[in-house]
Amino acid sequence: MPSPGGDTFPKLLLDMAKRRGDAVAIREKEYGIWQSWTWGEVAQEIRALACGLAVLGLKRGDKIAIIGDNRPRLYWTMTAAQVLGAVPVPLYQDSAAKELTFVAEHAELRFVMAEDQEQVDKMLSIRETYPKLEQIVYDDPRGLRHYTQDFVHAFDKVQKLGRDHDSAHPGFYDQAVAQGKGGDPAIILYTSGTTGQPKGVVLSFDNLVKTAANGIAFDGLNQDDEVLAYLPMAWVGDHLFSYGQSYVAGFCVSCPESSDTVLLDLRELGPTYFFAPPRIFENILTTVTIRMEDAGWVKRSMFKYFMAVAKRCGTQILDGKPVPLGDRLLYGLGNVLIYGPLRNTLGFSRIRLAYTAGEAIGPDIFDFYRSIGVNLKQLYGSTEASVYITMQPDGEIMPDTVGRPAPGVEIKVAEDGEVMFRGPGVFVEYYKNPEATAAAKTVDGWVHTGDAGFMDDNGHLKIIDRAKDVGRLNDGGMFAPKYIENKLKFFADIKEAVAYGHERDYCAAFINIDLEAVGSWAERNNVAYASYQELAANPDVLTTIKSHVEAVNRDLSQDPRLSSSQIKRFLVLHKELDPDDGELTRTRKVRRAFVADKYDTLVEALYAGGDRVYIETEMTFEDGRKGVLKANLQVIEAETFAPGGALKMAS
Amino acid sequence: MAEYKRKIGETLLRVEGISLSFGGVRALNDISFEIKEHEILAIIGPNGAGKSSMLNVINGFYHPQEGTIAFKGTERKRMRPHDAASQGIARTFQNIALFKGMSTLDNIMTGRMLKMKRNFLWHALYWGPALREEIQNREFCEKIIDFLEIQAIRKTPVGRLPYGLQKRVELGRALAAEPDLLLLDEPMAGMNVEEKEDMCRFVLDVNDEFGTTIALIEHDMGVVMDISDRVVVLDYGRKIADGTPDAVRANNEVIDAYLGVSHD
Repeated sequence: MPSPGGDTFPKLLLDMAKRRGDAVAIREKEYGIWQSWTWGEVAQEIRALACGLAVLGLKRGDKIAIIGDNRPRLYWTMTAAQVLGAVPVPLYQDSAAKELTFVAEHAELRFVMAEDQEQVDKMLSIRETYPKLEQIVYDDPRGLRHYTQDFVHAFDKVQKLGRDHDSAHPGFYDQAVAQGKGGDPAIILYTSGTTGQPKGVVLSFDNLVKTAANGIAFDGLNQDDEVLAYLPMAWVGDHLFSYGQSYVAGFCVSCPESSDTVLLDLRELGPTYFFAPPRIFENILTTVTIRMEDAGWVKRSMFKYFMAVAKRCGTQILDGKPVPLGDRLLYGLGNVLIYGPLRNTLGFSRIRLAYTAGEAIGPDIFDFYRSIGVNLKQLYGSTEASVYITMQPDGEIMPDTVGRPAPGVEIKVAEDGEVMFRGPGVFVEYYKNPEATAAAKTVDGWVHTGDAGFMDDNGHLKIIDRAKDVGRLNDGGMFAPKYIENKLKFFADIKEAVAYGHERDYCAAFINIDLEAVGSWAERNNVAYASYQELAANPDVLTTIKSHVEAVNRDLSQDPRLSSSQIKRFLVLHKELDPDDGELTRTRKVRRAFVADKYDTLVEALYAGGDRVYIETEMTFEDGRKGVLKANLQVIEAETFAPGGALKMAS
Repeated sequence: MAEYKRKIGETLLRVEGISLSFGGVRALNDISFEIKEHEILAIIGPNGAGKSSMLNVINGFYHPQEGTIAFKGTERKRMRPHDAASQGIARTFQNIALFKGMSTLDNIMTGRMLKMKRNFLWHALYWGPALREEIQNREFCEKIIDFLEIQAIRKTPVGRLPYGLQKRVELGRALAAEPDLLLLDEPMAGMNVEEKEDMCRFVLDVNDEFGTTIALIEHDMGVVMDISDRVVVLDYGRKIADGTPDAVRANNEVIDAYLGVSHD
């Protein structure tokens, strides 16, 4: 892999245009057809745009917000701003105006590139309280014809201004590009932040270009790769995969037609390099499973048979490990009959490398993709690291660890179990927030991740929970609630779980059944039920959930660090935890303290002796009415296992 | 936000003294009103007031016993559906009338039939001028698909789509004919609030982007008062009011008709 042709993205662009001017750089599906632009064309577009923005008054050090779905013109705006030394600030396109006002004021935005009327309207309403927003440029003119404000500009108009300016001042553009340096701030990414106000993470060109190059070298990416840019532009992952790495490696980025067509476009395009959070892989798998249930019996039984083969030997074949000849032949047959067509249907027929991160992925889901030949790997990263902290090298893939330190990154685990890292991608600072910067980054460059974890015996990092959530059982054993909850949630029947154990004698849990999965089981087995509450109290359902809890316990017992946090008692809640009742955040994360407080009778029952508990709960219906739900819940004792003992019993 | 007033033009369609009976039932009784260019006109009234009959008369499906219709200045006693379509009147139906087994795209393409000049033999050959024509029309349909934000269902058979989306496809097919006058028969019936909001936005956008004149029948008073420039109220086949939404809302006869005061 040759070293990058420049230390900033504008320089890399010029280099790409010179070396690979005729190669396709970016595509967008519009009017049903993939429209494409070569590196040469992209360089021209960006040149015109940058000059146009300069005419409108964008200067070195200014901030320009970029808001909208993934569109070529929005990506070009990033580079155009960077040419001028201005800093792009991509924003989440679905944020409400009120949430964005803070960012607008904090980042002192002067310019905005908005995708369409919706975003322009949002910006106009921000402008009412934040008049320093000077210029708004929009991409899609639909519905904007009647906007007469002199500070609202069409993209084409700005480019035309730019072309005129460029021909009048021919040296301007190249000089502006030459002024940029690797140490300059390249982008500010505001992290959503679960607590308090969002923080603006400043990343330099050096951070991004070096990290991008390291990732490319690590996984052998090259100019012929293809990615689909569909994750929010304000998210560091998209910025690195769809922008940074494309500029460094020179591969083509494709923008979907709309947010609803992503899966269709994925299938049409067949990317070679793909990133998705676990949720998306999970959804795709659910669709496959449901469609197979509806298929004719020939297809269904073939699918069942070959998926069993894949489960037995698929991951080993992908990892290049030895497999008996018979299995290898069967897998080959399965590849022709099932795995190949399935990959093709999902849009994974050309995939070489797929990553997932952000949350724990269920081992079944992870192994499913790997067993049908999709090289799905995990990485662990953060905005403050320009993504990569650890990555899984080919052939060393485990579903429950996140891999080895990424190239150039050092990792250490602090006394209290918190994971810390240092490396080329470490962020410059939190914008205008030196206290937060000092709290997150030590003087010698170590960054606190806020996650608790440890290195396992193979040198792979295992993340267990947010450091602040990790507690201690009374016997001194480590209690990592999220780790336990995730393990429970990997079962399709369990939608949500809340584990207790900090400063308690043992670990206990609330469980929410998944109405869809359990409901479909009930339908197939002729179990009648009138409500969620009734289904959740069904004895057969409780037995199934009990077996899931015990499976988790068996699993936990094998890890000496976690074996003391096996779940002794649990109950299945009579209502679904809901953001409307304040039990979950809007992003569906459990608000642990709130739930513990609201259901304190239930928590106490988990730690008292009885096997029944009565509760009245207030709940909000979908139409906003409130009602009281009464229930008599059963507290169930689950079997626990001696540390490491289950393993011996099982073998 | 940019507020602006649509420019409402000259009379596009005028109906005068329309009376329609089915045997002894008088569906429409001496009805006259006009629709001006670029406006959104709502026709409202209780069940059985004759709203759909009125649209069917305009569109040439029913032939009134008395009265005349003048569209773009040409007056005529009776309109035939084909003439109406070729002169620029398109419509959607109260009960969706799409080709269930065909895809969204194909359904919308059927709306372009009148714009296709080559005969079916040319199209069977799928070559030369016919191919060019197909490409041009496809391009137009793609713009409609983009406009109505239905890219994700482009290739889905419409029978598999939820009701709200089928209504949108039907609107797309009507738009494909590039109509001057668009008749919408209860475009929002049976929709949930969100679907209604979407549909309202599309109706307004169509009116704004293409300058299409729209006559719609609707039961949801909130929608009617919100999006229409003028409202015509029918009751028992008679016109009882005609004016701006505010004027109609304050009209005593309209209130009586809706609240069910006895008619002796």
